[in-house]
Amino acid sequence: MDSCIEIRGVTKRFGDFAAVDRVTLTIGRGEFFSLLGPSGCGKTTLLRMLAGFEHPSEGSLLIDGREMAGVPPYDRPVNLVFQHYALFPHLTVARNISFGLRYQKIIRREEPARIAEAMELVRLSGLENRKPDQLSGGQRQRVALARALVLRPKVLLLDEPLGALDQKLRKEMQVELKSLQRRLGITFVFVTHDQEEALTMSDRIAVMNGGRVEQAEASATIFERPATRFVAAFLGATNIIEGAVVRPEKMVLNVSAAPDGGDWRSLAVVVEERVYQGINTIWTVRTDDGERLTICRQNTTPFDPAASAVGEKQFVWWDRRHAVPLTGENNGH
Amino acid sequence: MATNPNRVKDRLAIGLMAPTWIVLGGLFLLPLAILIGVSFHPPDDAGNPQPVDHWGSYIQSGDWAANYVTSAHPVYVRVAIRSLWLAVATTVLCLLIGYPVAFYIALAAPANRKNPLLALAVIPFWTSFLIRISAWRLILQDDGALNTLLIWLHLIDSPLKLMDTPLAVMIGLVYGELPFMILPLYASLEKLDRTLLEASADLGASGSATFRRVTFPLSMPGVIAGCVLVFIPGIGQFIVSDLLGGSRSMLIGNLIQNQFTSGRDKPLGAAVALELTVAVLAMLITYAIWAKRTGAEAAL
Repeated sequence: MDSCIEIRGVTKRFGDFAAVDRVTLTIGRGEFFSLLGPSGCGKTTLLRMLAGFEHPSEGSLLIDGREMAGVPPYDRPVNLVFQHYALFPHLTVARNISFGLRYQKIIRREEPARIAEAMELVRLSGLENRKPDQLSGGQRQRVALARALVLRPKVLLLDEPLGALDQKLRKEMQVELKSLQRRLGITFVFVTHDQEEALTMSDRIAVMNGGRVEQAEASATIFERPATRFVAAFLGATNIIEGAVVRPEKMVLNVSAAPDGGDWRSLAVVVEERVYQGINTIWTVRTDDGERLTICRQNTTPFDPAASAVGEKQFVWWDRRHAVPLTGENNGH
Repeated sequence: MATNPNRVKDRLAIGLMAPTWIVLGGLFLLPLAILIGVSFHPPDDAGNPQPVDHWGSYIQSGDWAANYVTSAHPVYVRVAIRSLWLAVATTVLCLLIGYPVAFYIALAAPANRKNPLLALAVIPFWTSFLIRISAWRLILQDDGALNTLLIWLHLIDSPLKLMDTPLAVMIGLVYGELPFMILPLYASLEKLDRTLLEASADLGASGSATFRRVTFPLSMPGVIAGCVLVFIPGIGQFIVSDLLGGSRSMLIGNLIQNQFTSGRDKPLGAAVALELTVAVLAMLITYAIWAKRTGAEAAL
């Protein structure tokens, strides 16, 4: 893979606290790469180091093969879409978008065309003369995108850019951002705490926890084959049996135990809770050892209140080929 | 029928506004009305407004405007121009000195040093303005602190004539008005969203370009507020010129004050005071119209 960003053993300390702890990552050219993790995991600090607003305490960052130490933000081939957009309130949409063009080696005459192109790209045409406070949240988001993309950066950094939007708009923007990225072929580094968002858009995901990268792999791999308990839990799979993860939707409840010898394994459980969610039904069950498991089943048949009701003794079945051993566990996570 | 909640709200609003209206009406509008009335009267020997017997013939004779005609005398116009020039110069100097100070406190100083620095800007208010300006006499006079220091350093041989000059008045004005420039500037710089500065750097702007294109334009409300707060007291100032300016640095403030005291012509004083008020108002309104038309950040 042709690498665009290389993060080599980067640590960032604030006082005694390591916000980013010995992170090594390679991000490919044209890749949609997400940094996923809970707040305080170091994902934003890492992004800010790429943008040039923070400097690594140790290690080095290379963008497009060039060492970034000592390179100020305004000389880096990257642009950042800020969490709350950071649009200039005193400038119109058009002047927000053209803000950075002055520092590019382009002819003044070309500016209007570049601005129009960027506005069309994010479907903002006609709003040139509005001020940011006359725009909706989604429109502001688009201005922030256009302002960065008009500069044709090698890398676009996005710091939870969809966090301030409502659910519906968010889903639309996810799809739009992904298709934009594919069309432009620019490397996107996307910071989010929303696992679904990361899965929807990313080619690869790095899950971060406590300043460290727990696992960095293709989205489906992260989801299907989490390497650590943390990654498994963060992606919504909390079922850990015999040191392996089994996703809730890959387990079923049955009245009898699985036959010996096949791929199916089973455990006796008691149903503690059952929640009907429309598309799915979610069960919480307890094993004889007191472990809690979650089982998710799509409601492909009409809901039956009598099936696997609370308090019933059942067996939970899973295919042993779907049990993923936690290979990345070390130092007693 | 239940009480209309809107009526209750209206009454509450009237009640809450009452103290404001009483203070404004009693201490501002009423005196202003008296001042307007006085300015159209002739003075008696003691300098008080003389009652007019026949308003009809008084108005026809044109004497009602006598005070305003007098105020247009070249001597007074020169005083007005000097005041204007000094107030503008004071405002510009306060802006040039105050902006870096406010910028440092708001954006550059470490967090634990902000409040002590702000306190330093405010501490002068704890001492009477009169006393502080008098203290400048001790610094600026021929055998004062400044001349003594300069002679001791062998930078000069004989004392510089500083006291009783327009320069002394300017120093006093800048000194006195500076906090009124620093505080509103600080307020507008402090609430500046720092991520805008990062966004500017991210888009390719260097530090100075960011200042020119983001920081300064966004601090305009503070700049305007500071300039207004410095300019208006500056143009009406009379204590500073009285104490530091000597007899030849008379300002419009002194002129007005004199008419009410030793000059013994209250109607003339009232006329000049009103002219000054109207002139300042006209400037503010002109600015407000201009700001609205150009879409500039209006702070008024």
